[in-house]
Amino acid sequence: MSPDLIDGIVVILLATVRAGTPLVFAALGELVAERSGVLNLGVEGMMLVGAVAGFAAALGTGSYALGLLAAIAAGAALALVFGFLTLTMRASQVPTGLALTIFGIGLSTFVGYPVQDKPLAGLKPIDIPGLSDIPVIGPLLFGHDLLIYLSLAILAALLWFLYRSKGGLILRAVGESAESADAIGYPVIAIRYAAVAFGGAMAGLGGAYLSLVYTPTWAEQMTAGRGWIALALVVFATWKPGWVVAGAYLFGGVTIVQLNLQGWGFDVSSHLLSMLPYIATIVVLVMISRDETRIKLNAPAALGRPFFRS
Amino acid sequence: MLRPTALLAAAAAIAFATTGQAADPLKIGFVYVSPIGSAGWTYQHDVARKHIEKVYGDKIKTSYVEKVPEGADAERVIRQLATSGHKLIFTTSFGYMDPTIKVAKRFPKVHFEHATGYKRSKNVATYIARFYEGRYLAGIVAGKMTKSNVAGYVAAFPIPEVVRGINAFVRGMRSVNPKATVRVIWVSSWYDPGKEREAAEALIGQGADVLMQHTDSTAVVQAAESKGVYAIGYHSDMSKFGPKAHLTASTHDWRGYYEARVKMALAGTWKSGAIWGGIKEGMVKMAPFNMAVTDDVKKAVSDATEAIRNGKLHPFAGPVKDQDGKVRIPAGKTMSDKDLSSMSWYVEGVDGKLPKK
Amino acid sequence: MSPLGGMRFQIEPRLEQSRAIRTLAPLIAVVLTVLVGAVMFAALGVDPLAALASFFLHPVDTLPELGDIGVKAAPLMLCALGLAVGFRGNVWNIGAEGQLIVGALAGGGVALAFHGATGWYILPLMVAAAFAGGAAWAAIPAFLRTRFHANEILTSLMLTYVAAQLLGFLVHGPWRSPDAFNFPVSRDFGDDARLPYLTDTTELHLGVLFAVIAVPLMWVLTQRSYAGFQVQVAGLAPRAADYAGFKSSRIVWIGMLSGGALAGLAGLGEVAGPIGKLQDQISPGYGFAAIIVAFLGRLHPVGIFFASLLMALLYLGGGTAQIEMQIPPAVTGVFQGMLLFFLLGADLFVGYRIRRVGRVAA
Repeated sequence: MSPDLIDGIVVILLATVRAGTPLVFAALGELVAERSGVLNLGVEGMMLVGAVAGFAAALGTGSYALGLLAAIAAGAALALVFGFLTLTMRASQVPTGLALTIFGIGLSTFVGYPVQDKPLAGLKPIDIPGLSDIPVIGPLLFGHDLLIYLSLAILAALLWFLYRSKGGLILRAVGESAESADAIGYPVIAIRYAAVAFGGAMAGLGGAYLSLVYTPTWAEQMTAGRGWIALALVVFATWKPGWVVAGAYLFGGVTIVQLNLQGWGFDVSSHLLSMLPYIATIVVLVMISRDETRIKLNAPAALGRPFFRS
Repeated sequence: MLRPTALLAAAAAIAFATTGQAADPLKIGFVYVSPIGSAGWTYQHDVARKHIEKVYGDKIKTSYVEKVPEGADAERVIRQLATSGHKLIFTTSFGYMDPTIKVAKRFPKVHFEHATGYKRSKNVATYIARFYEGRYLAGIVAGKMTKSNVAGYVAAFPIPEVVRGINAFVRGMRSVNPKATVRVIWVSSWYDPGKEREAAEALIGQGADVLMQHTDSTAVVQAAESKGVYAIGYHSDMSKFGPKAHLTASTHDWRGYYEARVKMALAGTWKSGAIWGGIKEGMVKMAPFNMAVTDDVKKAVSDATEAIRNGKLHPFAGPVKDQDGKVRIPAGKTMSDKDLSSMSWYVEGVDGKLPKK
Repeated sequence: MSPLGGMRFQIEPRLEQSRAIRTLAPLIAVVLTVLVGAVMFAALGVDPLAALASFFLHPVDTLPELGDIGVKAAPLMLCALGLAVGFRGNVWNIGAEGQLIVGALAGGGVALAFHGATGWYILPLMVAAAFAGGAAWAAIPAFLRTRFHANEILTSLMLTYVAAQLLGFLVHGPWRSPDAFNFPVSRDFGDDARLPYLTDTTELHLGVLFAVIAVPLMWVLTQRSYAGFQVQVAGLAPRAADYAGFKSSRIVWIGMLSGGALAGLAGLGEVAGPIGKLQDQISPGYGFAAIIVAFLGRLHPVGIFFASLLMALLYLGGGTAQIEMQIPPAVTGVFQGMLLFFLLGADLFVGYRIRRVGRVAA
């Protein structure tokens, strides 16, 4: 292979990881919520609110750390509204999640009105002298921004938590059968609140990745449907964190390759190309879902089912 | 039947009423397709709206509606403005064409100004700028500044307006650097920062070191800034989004046009018409240059600007060859406005094919 | 420790669902939304009363404006009526927006095929095509769900994005008008391919009448037909539906197809009504807003009738509030979301009541 081609591939891989990272955050968060048995369809709304909160806070204070914290807090706060309605007020999860998305779109647009299109330098990739300059491996291992490393660290932590810790065991038990978990004496509602809030915080982070790193600005509805893709990814991954990340990169890759093909001069309607990622998602969903037993085996058994004591 | 005296009295009353109203400010409405934000297509229109407010003070009163969808809603909003006493209404997106014409029929006394359309009537004027002149100048800057001889172009939809811009850019670029070519990526959206950014990075990855855009967000300039390549802004001066990357921008300036049209409306001399104004009319301007732009580049641009202004230079003066090397406009001829407004082929120097539909 | 000074509250189920609260809950939600809205306006430094008047009263204080409400409400009403059928049976079609677009494409395609022709039969053909087009688009997730168990929420949503690109592809490509300087619009529909106006003074067109007629029709279908009964039972008591031998795939098909067909009709109402051709953008999100409408209307046709009028008012209010008071139109979205939240919250009191249990030692 010519060095140019290798460089080209490295660039595409880097872009793929970046395009996939907002999805990694949001989908891992949703995965935890769903593992506790709660289906929150409001990911898109929480991402948007996180994006605008993160951007406004970073713009106002000049600190990216504060921006990220604001995004986490805003995402979690919105998720708690969902939690309050579904866990305390016993509203049905599906319409409440949809309402959360619609509310999040409206709220973020409204709150973000004064900061629309304002510039921000954006969080830069790290640069370790020496290491980042190694050909191919350098940029692939040491050329990302901090949040990408954070997303992978969260993945590792989640893998440990879900499969190796007692907390993870309890979480999964709640998602399998809230009634049994309750009978053993675990605080089901509190655990679900925590899982939902975590999901919101992660969606907020995913949104902030867009508004602080990926395209450092605020634009209304800038998530452009990524929240929904994140939801699809959780199913795609059959509720396994590692597969969520793989799926997110795959999805990012489809988009990036599509754009690169155009740049190389392939003559296809851009409209038809733009359909690709969505059609790909449907196809994958179908492939994953067609084996009913496999889905049943992996899906949290209590997913979407309400649980109320008393 | 009214007696003559009564008629006279009525006429006097009407005359009196009209003079009485003359003290009221002229209400002017603006219909925007996107939020105003702080850069972009709508932002430039709003700059002009603020400008006329400053110029005419309390003689006028302006209102605007943002984010009006180009469907059934446009008609309603335009009508709402007309019924609520707005006498001059600017509808600033192509999709408002039919709604504007339709509402105008109902309100013959109200003057309408539709940007970028081609349907006119007695009380609907149209206006558009020769954005391609600015593209040509941007091309000169890009052609001089590129080291890789590849420029990248992030474009929305392959409509004539956009294709014309790409072609003008390439012709400007190759007028100073015959080896330069441009690569185009279509993102199928006027405004999708994420996708624009991805497209920009793909172009950079493919060797482009100057980026140009025909989309509405600032993501392309930001991508260039973070990757250490150059970009040329569009619509607005986008330098604050890429202090190092932003070489200049091809901007629209509607202030002069709006000022003139309001003046006519105030004086009662407003007439319908079609304006396609460019550098000469002050509708197209280049934003201030970046420090990185050397004096000889600046001079090349200002010479070309001058030549376009006094009619010596036309970006599509023959010979104009298309991608396959076929001469479309022979030497000595210039492309007509009609051909310009329906352009659907690439000139020589564009890599890749125009998406055939 | 409980927050209210040792007082304890307990949520307990009501023996019978409270019909009064069920009907009142939307009204309570509206009142709460208006109140919070007033607070929000005040926080923005805007006179709350003037802002509310501009938002809720000025859009409807003349006859033509009342007509506008009808025009705006019609697509919401149609989409929501169809969606409600599915929602009642726990079939979550959230892709009405895409079905609306494909319906518009199918109906519009007929109009374009008969370009230059006249005849009374064109419009009925268009209506049929839109109906079928919307239903066909909804049939995809129905098929994927019943055959492959693919979650219809996600597939119907993904198909919305695909539909939007398909529309773009057609109006930028094969269906582009030859007379429009390559702009992405189709030819104008002929006079016989347009929905006629109902009155001289308003913009009300035949499509609005379709929506109004659909209300009693859907009432019959959902409340009085065997199919409607099956869906209902499947939604309320899935196990009972199993025992009764109602096939769940049938429920999915009924739910998806009615949503798709009516959304398709809504799409036709837009392109053959006010727009008069096909273009890049047909609907400003009616298919999504209809989800709120469906719930706000308690998934009941009559409720949906009123809920869509209210939603239309919220949209129009966003416009007037900006013209008159420079309030950003995004307020509309905030109001819509709040409305649904309050409603969902208030629903608790339909099936449950809160009882004070008295003082307890901490």
